Amino acid sequence: MNSPPPQPAPDTVGAASAQFVISIQTGLREIWAHKFRSLLTMLGIILGVSSLVAMSALVSGMEKGAREALIAIGGLEKVRVEPQDVPVEQRHLTDEAVGITINDVLALKQCAPLVTRLSPEMRLPASLSANSKTFRPWLCNGVWPVALEMNEHTIEHGRMFNELDDEMARSVCVIGTATRDELWGSPEKVGHEIIPIGETLFINHVPFTIIGMFQHYESAQERKAREFARTQAAQQNDGGVARDRGRGGRRRGNNFVFFLKNSTVYIPLNTMWMKFRSGVSVAASNPTGGAAGATGDPRLSTLELKIAGIELLPGALQQIRNVLMSTHKGIEDFTFRTQEDWADQINTFIHNARLSGGLIAGISLLVGGIGIMNIMLASISERVREIGIRKSVGAATSDIFIQILVESIVIAMLGGITGLATSFALVHMLSSFSPTDNAPIITGAALAVAFGFSVLVGILAGIFPAIKAARLNPIQALRYE
Amino acid sequence: MPLVELRNVSKIYRLGEEEIRALDDVTLDIDKGEFISIIGPSGSGKSTLMHILGCLDSPTKGTIQLDGVMIHDASSRQLAAIRNRKIGFVFQFFNLLPKLNVAQNVELPMIYSGISAKERRQRAMKALEAVDLANRARHRPSQLSGGQQQRAAIARALVNDPRLIFADEPTGNLDSHTGEAILSLFRRLSTEGRTIVLVTHDPEIAAVTPRRIEIRDGKIAQRIDQKLAGLDRKGTPLAAAPSPA
Repeated sequence: MNSPPPQPAPDTVGAASAQFVISIQTGLREIWAHKFRSLLTMLGIILGVSSLVAMSALVSGMEKGAREALIAIGGLEKVRVEPQDVPVEQRHLTDEAVGITINDVLALKQCAPLVTRLSPEMRLPASLSANSKTFRPWLCNGVWPVALEMNEHTIEHGRMFNELDDEMARSVCVIGTATRDELWGSPEKVGHEIIPIGETLFINHVPFTIIGMFQHYESAQERKAREFARTQAAQQNDGGVARDRGRGGRRRGNNFVFFLKNSTVYIPLNTMWMKFRSGVSVAASNPTGGAAGATGDPRLSTLELKIAGIELLPGALQQIRNVLMSTHKGIEDFTFRTQEDWADQINTFIHNARLSGGLIAGISLLVGGIGIMNIMLASISERVREIGIRKSVGAATSDIFIQILVESIVIAMLGGITGLATSFALVHMLSSFSPTDNAPIITGAALAVAFGFSVLVGILAGIFPAIKAARLNPIQALRYE
Repeated sequence: MPLVELRNVSKIYRLGEEEIRALDDVTLDIDKGEFISIIGPSGSGKSTLMHILGCLDSPTKGTIQLDGVMIHDASSRQLAAIRNRKIGFVFQFFNLLPKLNVAQNVELPMIYSGISAKERRQRAMKALEAVDLANRARHRPSQLSGGQQQRAAIARALVNDPRLIFADEPTGNLDSHTGEAILSLFRRLSTEGRTIVLVTHDPEIAAVTPRRIEIRDGKIAQRIDQKLAGLDRKGTPLAAAPSPA
């Protein structure tokens, strides 16, 4: 007689879930029984998880700063047309090259519907003087009033010059806060805000009237720091005389983009052309000197334009190129510079930072995993007899496997949770001596990923010891001393 | 139909070139409610027989039927389930888990049969009451005497209501007085209708059981060694232990 092999009684689902809960309890009991050993084991996971979170927070902070800056300079829809050396095959036509002129602006206005905004610029290497001080701003541009919207500027005091000012070539200018700070003093130093509207500013010794001032541009982070410093100062003022603490005030160059925006001076384009026509800098050096000279150089330094949408960028560029090629008689003496390049650079940088940080955190998680595996192997060799007893009372191979695996995962998860908690402290510590001024941002996704990795490490580290334990022969395990 | 039916069971170990026949063509029936001792000198194969009967090991040859199910070719998972539900073990060294208290130790087999926590607790307490140990349920095994530990182990063996109880030298690690108490506990269980197999080399214990099987060189001895089995010349048990009246 040969009846089929016995079927164990059903209720496997209930058994599995009950056992799972008990495995977790057993795991916690084991950890509690060896507190110090477990803590050391978890330390690897704790460090791995917290460094993973901290790395991600730092990179997110940098990314946010970079994106903020990208928006501050006009967003991705902005395209710059800049002069460029004539390509080699067209060298013989160099004398015919007209450069970027107002004609291009007018032609684009008519023939390039994908271009929504055009802002010609003439750049002047300027030296400003007023209040018996001198300052060289980063940018001194002759522009149309539209430059205000183009470059995301906001006038806080006074007004922007208008078409009439431009038409009449009036000697008026709009300045950024950096000029005010350098020539009249910053609010932090003086104690109150000076608004030099109506003052006379000498641009390369030519007198201009200041009619407007931009708001002070800063990253969200800088603003917070400044407001914090102000409240601190207010509290200190109760105690004694206000004093300059040396490195206080506004640190320059915290974020280059915002510094650059603050250090901008705008004058009407026509004024620029009338007063400084020989001094305007055209980026690409033109060996012949071209039409410059007594009649003045009609060429623009750059032409900034905004297109209808970022998804239309390739078509818009083609359209602009077609128009410019016709106005430039087929000579390609111009080039496009889009913010895409910069956005790509940001992305590459973020990607690299993530990769290297992730690699380091990954290695420390790996080391943590090896620690767990080591301790689980030690633990099962201490518990051979226990495993034998469990098997003799009916634990199947899979039950032992699950028990050891769950113990390993419990250690890793406890380490992971502790790691998440310590990551906040670590990030706080890092941000206090962070090289960038971008505050680290802890994202939920980073926490989830780091925790997920700790669990994964627990599973991977537990598999081998669990297999080893599950395969023990019950008879030999029971005899083991 | 007998509870256990062994037919021509052999267990052969290979040690390099050498073949060791730990069990050689053993045929044996055990009926429900029997109280049997398996005796024999060390190395005779009685432990191997117990391991095979107890589903801890599989035979090399032969067939085994336990409670109507063929088990000689069962998978390790099926064997684990049979150990869990149909068999209870009592060991010489008690084999309680030191980190668990007595009640948790007794609950252990029920964990692997998926019984709810509430029922586990109730049944564990009932089993502990049956061995007079209910008042020690929260103690650790290390806080108990040897006899108490063995009673806890017996409670654990009983808790899943098995068809068959194996005890491997259950008194071997106890003083004679405590051993006596454990033996009378087994006798009581036997009168309650449980099937019990004692593995021993102690003639005084063998004398207690109504049926004795002697294993010698891996075979069931045809003529039992009376001295080893605790019998007098006429084949009646020595009056070492009082009969379970």
